[in-house]
Amino acid sequence: MSDLPAPTLLEVDRLGRHFPVRGFLNRRVGTLRALDDVSFAVGEGEVLGIVGESGCGKSTLGKTLMGIHEPTSGEVRLRGERIAAPGQKRAAAVRAKLQYVYQDPGASLDPRWTLRRSLHEPLIIHTDWSRAKREEHVQAIVSAVGLPQAHLDLYPHEISGGQQRRVGLARILVLGPQLIIFDEPTSGLDVSVQATVLALFRDLREEFGLTYLFISHDLAVVRSICNRIVVMYLGRIVEIGDTAEVFRAPRHPYTRSLLAAAPRIGGPRVTESFTLQGEPPDPSNVPSGCRFRTRCPLAIDKCATIEPAIDFEGGHGVACLRWREDAL
Amino acid sequence: MAPLLDIAKLSLSFRTESGPARVLDQIDLLVQPGEIVGLVGESGCGKTTLARAILGTLPERLTEIGSGHIRLDGVDMLRDDQATERLRGRVVTFVPQDPFASFNPLFRIRAQIGDLMRWKTPRRTASRFGWRSRAEQKADDEAVLAMLDTVQLPQPRRILEKYPHELSGGQRQRVMIAMALLPEPRLIIADEPTTALDVTVQAQILGLLRRLAVERGVSVLFTTHDLGAAWEICDRVVVMYAGQTAEIAPREAFFAHPRHPYTRMLLQSLPEEGRDAVGIPGAVPSPLQPPPGCRFNPRCPRMTGICRDERPALSGQHGAHQVACHHPVAVSEVAGNV
Repeated sequence: MSDLPAPTLLEVDRLGRHFPVRGFLNRRVGTLRALDDVSFAVGEGEVLGIVGESGCGKSTLGKTLMGIHEPTSGEVRLRGERIAAPGQKRAAAVRAKLQYVYQDPGASLDPRWTLRRSLHEPLIIHTDWSRAKREEHVQAIVSAVGLPQAHLDLYPHEISGGQQRRVGLARILVLGPQLIIFDEPTSGLDVSVQATVLALFRDLREEFGLTYLFISHDLAVVRSICNRIVVMYLGRIVEIGDTAEVFRAPRHPYTRSLLAAAPRIGGPRVTESFTLQGEPPDPSNVPSGCRFRTRCPLAIDKCATIEPAIDFEGGHGVACLRWREDAL
Repeated sequence: MAPLLDIAKLSLSFRTESGPARVLDQIDLLVQPGEIVGLVGESGCGKTTLARAILGTLPERLTEIGSGHIRLDGVDMLRDDQATERLRGRVVTFVPQDPFASFNPLFRIRAQIGDLMRWKTPRRTASRFGWRSRAEQKADDEAVLAMLDTVQLPQPRRILEKYPHELSGGQRQRVMIAMALLPEPRLIIADEPTTALDVTVQAQILGLLRRLAVERGVSVLFTTHDLGAAWEICDRVVVMYAGQTAEIAPREAFFAHPRHPYTRMLLQSLPEEGRDAVGIPGAVPSPLQPPPGCRFNPRCPRMTGICRDERPALSGQHGAHQVACHHPVAVSEVAGNV
């Protein structure tokens, strides 16, 4: 992580999160290694995408950063200050700086509260501002997300789903967060709505100087909005680098399969040449060595014994033993 | 060649407390034998309603059929209940969006496929009480195992002994496709079969569906809101907007020269490198009070007076590039797009 243009905002250092698997009489029968030895850094103002199949640990990563899960090992630093480590309790001031956006941020509004009350609530909890000061701040945020002021007196069911989404975002923005973690923000949306939502995310980032962590399985969306991406497989980072660079010349065989699987309108049918078979193995029983080796077309004997570390070349890192070989 | 599925001028509404919701408005659709047709549209455009109308599974008391017909293999699916019962599950089968909701969680896969084979088996005139001779049972079991193998499920015998929750999403969808193929249907209706799946699994499932359909000469009506998936699998694409047919075209022509303004804007909404995706301003109109004329007119940049007064008819002949618009985009205007 050498040539970051902006100062580092968030550092993740060898983060791990394991879940116990309980059997008969609540006895511990195994460990689900949802996150293992994950390290990366996010620069200020950057949009970092996290991609991978379901069950690869991307949501666990987001939740561990947020403090919803406690890490099993490793630590997370925000502007050099340690905010998450095994056994550490999170301070309220830190919680306001990081915000988490679920698939549908509008769903987190209380149906019995007016939008004004919903928007005031985080400020009442986290600040000691006067009512007038809160109101002024709320109005500024509401106009920034493109909602009319008159809507503040309405209830969630009186506005459309798209507007609810905007209110949900406004609620996250009132506390002035530095880092926002989006967890699958566009899945289940129609493309025409998705385009509008992405444009809103872009505008807000510029207006408020935000840093985004963008968890998604939609490669086209990630490609259009992220500066850098992290590709995860079974709880580990397999590739990290600039979005354009990774999409142009993916180095890990898993990244290649993932990119090859996405349909390209105007191109040949990918289903005719797609080779990756099966689905990721059970995360409570991961393969030894490289975790992708059971599905990897390039796997050799060595892959079963050596767990590859991330190998960087010009800011583009890959965890594969064979990526340098020309014949790939 | 006679079309397998023939839908003409189909209008359908649901009774609601606030008046009829006109969800389908004069839909035209033809599916030829062996053809894979994509039914594309945003949520609320009526694609699932259309799929269910073809299967005859709409709630009877709430549905009001205005005009038109659905003919499957010459049988009127809207009015002939007995014939519909005979065809459903045999001539036409269904692959749902969420396979987990379609399995009974209390029974093993073996029992559920067994039931299917008992009542919808393709080979003989099934006994009314589902009775099968020993030899027939054995033949059915072998057909099931062969089919599970065809949909590339490893160790089919072990899959049969599992409960639905023990299978992954991709495996469940494969079992569903196997069950849809077992009665040897002539038409499979797949309602967003890959939206809940990862891209790698989606590529496997789409490839499988297409290969099996082509090999067996089965027609597929594939509804989706994912234009990329439509490109992967379809021979022909039908676009619906708010219950109306907007455009019907062969796959290549559709993606290279979309002619309906809605279709063009839909394609421009796709995120792509090098340009910011443009959304479509406004929202899909409510079926309770659809706009008069062309239902896209409140959101359309090419709207003029006639769009409000008159509903545009679908141009051209079946098989050609058909569009329902008063001011379609000329092919020369979009040359170089995509």
